[in-house]
Amino acid sequence: MHVLLVLAALYAVLPLVWLVTSATKSVGDFSTTGAFEFGQFSLGANLGALFTQENGVFLAWIRNSLLYAGLGAVLGSLICAACGYAIAKLDFPGRRALFAVTLTGVLVPTTALALPLYLLASQLEVVGTFWAVFIPLLTNPFGVYLARVYAEAAVPGEVLEAARTDGAGELRTFFTIALPMMRPGLVTIFLFQFVGIWNNFFLPLVMLTDPKLFPMSLGLYQWSTRVTQFPQYNPLVITGSLLAVLPLVVAFVLLHRQWRSGLAAGSVK
Amino acid sequence: MTVLTPERAASVPAPARPGATAQGRRGRGRAGLVLAAPFAILLTATVLVPIGYALYLSLFTDRLSGLGFSGPTQAFVALGNYVDVLTDSAFHASLGNVALFVLIHIPIMLGLALLLALLIDSAVVRLKRVWSLAVFLPYAVPTVITGLIWAYLYSPNSGLTALLPFDPLGKTGILPSIVNIATWQWVGYNMIIFYTALQAVPRDVLEAARADGAGGFRTAWSVKVPMIRPTMFVALVFTVIGSLQLFTEPLVLRGFTGSVTSTWSPSLYVYEAAFIANDYGRAAAASVLLALVSALLSALVMRLSARRSR
Repeated sequence: MHVLLVLAALYAVLPLVWLVTSATKSVGDFSTTGAFEFGQFSLGANLGALFTQENGVFLAWIRNSLLYAGLGAVLGSLICAACGYAIAKLDFPGRRALFAVTLTGVLVPTTALALPLYLLASQLEVVGTFWAVFIPLLTNPFGVYLARVYAEAAVPGEVLEAARTDGAGELRTFFTIALPMMRPGLVTIFLFQFVGIWNNFFLPLVMLTDPKLFPMSLGLYQWSTRVTQFPQYNPLVITGSLLAVLPLVVAFVLLHRQWRSGLAAGSVK
Repeated sequence: MTVLTPERAASVPAPARPGATAQGRRGRGRAGLVLAAPFAILLTATVLVPIGYALYLSLFTDRLSGLGFSGPTQAFVALGNYVDVLTDSAFHASLGNVALFVLIHIPIMLGLALLLALLIDSAVVRLKRVWSLAVFLPYAVPTVITGLIWAYLYSPNSGLTALLPFDPLGKTGILPSIVNIATWQWVGYNMIIFYTALQAVPRDVLEAARADGAGGFRTAWSVKVPMIRPTMFVALVFTVIGSLQLFTEPLVLRGFTGSVTSTWSPSLYVYEAAFIANDYGRAAAASVLLALVSALLSALVMRLSARRSR
C-alpha cells in the first residue's frame, strides 16, 4: 500500500526534479550528463541568458502572464460572483435560461470555439491585440456555476431580508454583505481561473503574432520549436519552464486548504 | 451533486414573503439583471455568437473568382464542407488516434486516481497531506511545460528511454507517450476530487460495514466506491471533453519528433485546416463536428449517471 503511494509520488515529482537539475546545467553538460545528475552549476548563467535573449523578451512574457492571469482572474471571479449570486438569490427575468446556457457553456470544448473566436476577432480587427486574448479568457461558466453554489450555501435569505428592511439597496447589499460572505468560494474561483489562464495556450497561439504580447507558455513553446536546430535554446526553454512553474507550485502548496475545500464544494454537493 | 443536472440545479423560487412588496420584488429583478449582465454579455460574445458564426461559416467555402484578380468570393456549399471533412482520411486518422487515446488514458488515469484516493482515505496512511500534495503538483504545471518536460525525458540522452522496450518518440510509441503525459498531469487532480468525495461518506455507514465483518478492501469496493459514483461520473465527463480537445501535448511533441502528423488529433486537424490550409469553411465544419461529438458523449455519460444513481 505504502509502496504504491511512494511510487505514485515519485512518478509525480521526479519530472519536476529533472526540471530543477537540468536548469542548473550548461548547454554541454545537458547532453552529456544523466537526467538526474548535476553537471557544472550554471543556473546563474542560464538565468542571465534567459533574461537577455531577444532584448529581455522573457521579462515581457512574465509581465503578460501576470497581467492576463492576475487581472483576468480578479475581474473574472467578480463577474462570476455577481452572476452566480443573482441566479441564486435574485428573481430576474431569464434567470433559468441564463443558467441553462451557462451549463452548456461549461461543456463546449474551448478548441472548438477558438477558430470562430479568431475569425470574429479578425472581423473586428482586434486580432494580435491584448484584448483578443483577455476578453474571451474572462468568460468562466464553471465559475458562475460554483458562485451560484457558494451563494446558495453561504448567504442566508434572512440576512438579505434584514438588509432590505434596513433600507439597503440591492446592489449595496451584494457588495457589502453578500460578497464578503462568499469570500472563501471567491478565492477558489480566483485560484482556478488564474491557473486556467496561466496555462492557456490555444487562444494566444491563435490570436497573437507579436512576441511582445505572448504569455510565458506561448513564448516558451516558440523557443522550443527551435531546439533541434539550435541547442543553445535548450537551457533557455528549461530554465524558463522552471520559472513558469514555480509560482503556481508555491501558490498551491501555500493555499492547499483553500483549493481543497473549493474542489469539495464544486464536485461533491 | 448538481454539476450536470440542470433540472435539480434550478432552484425553486422562494415563496413570496409577507413583507415583500411588489416594489421590492421589482427592485430585486432589476438588481439581478444588473449583476448578471456582465457575464451574460461575455457569454453571448465569446460563446454563443462564435458558435453561431461557426455554424454559418461551415456552410460556405472560399472560391477564387474568374482569374483570381478580385480576390476570393464566398460560395454557399450547404453541407459540402461536412462531406469533405467526413470523407477525409486524415480526419478519420485523427479520430482514430483520439479514440485510442481515450480508451487507454481514461481507465488508467481514473482507475489510478480512484485507487490512490482509496489508499489515502484508509486511515492507516500517515502523511496524507504530503502524499496528496505531491501527486497533485503536476496539475499546477502548464500543459505546454508538461509537454516540454516529457519531450526531453523521452529523448534518447535522458537515460529513461533505456528502460523502455520501445522508442517513446517513434511511430508506435507516440500514443503511449501522449497518454503518459496526460495521465501525469491529471491523476492527482482527480485523486483529490475522489478523496474529498470519500471524506463525505458518512462514518456510521463505514462502522456498520466493519460491524458486519467487511475488511478494508471489501468496504472500499462495496461501500465507498458506490457512494462516490456520481462524482466519478462528473470526473468522467470532464475527462472525456478534455481528451477530445487533445492539442497541446501532440503539438509540443511535434517539435521533437516526426511521428506526430500535422493532423494527429481533431483539434490539430482544425488548426491545420484554418491556419495552414486557410480553408475556414472546412475548419469550421470540423469544429462543429468536434463540439457535437463532445455534447453527445457528455449527454450519454450523464444519461448513464442518472440511471445508475437512481
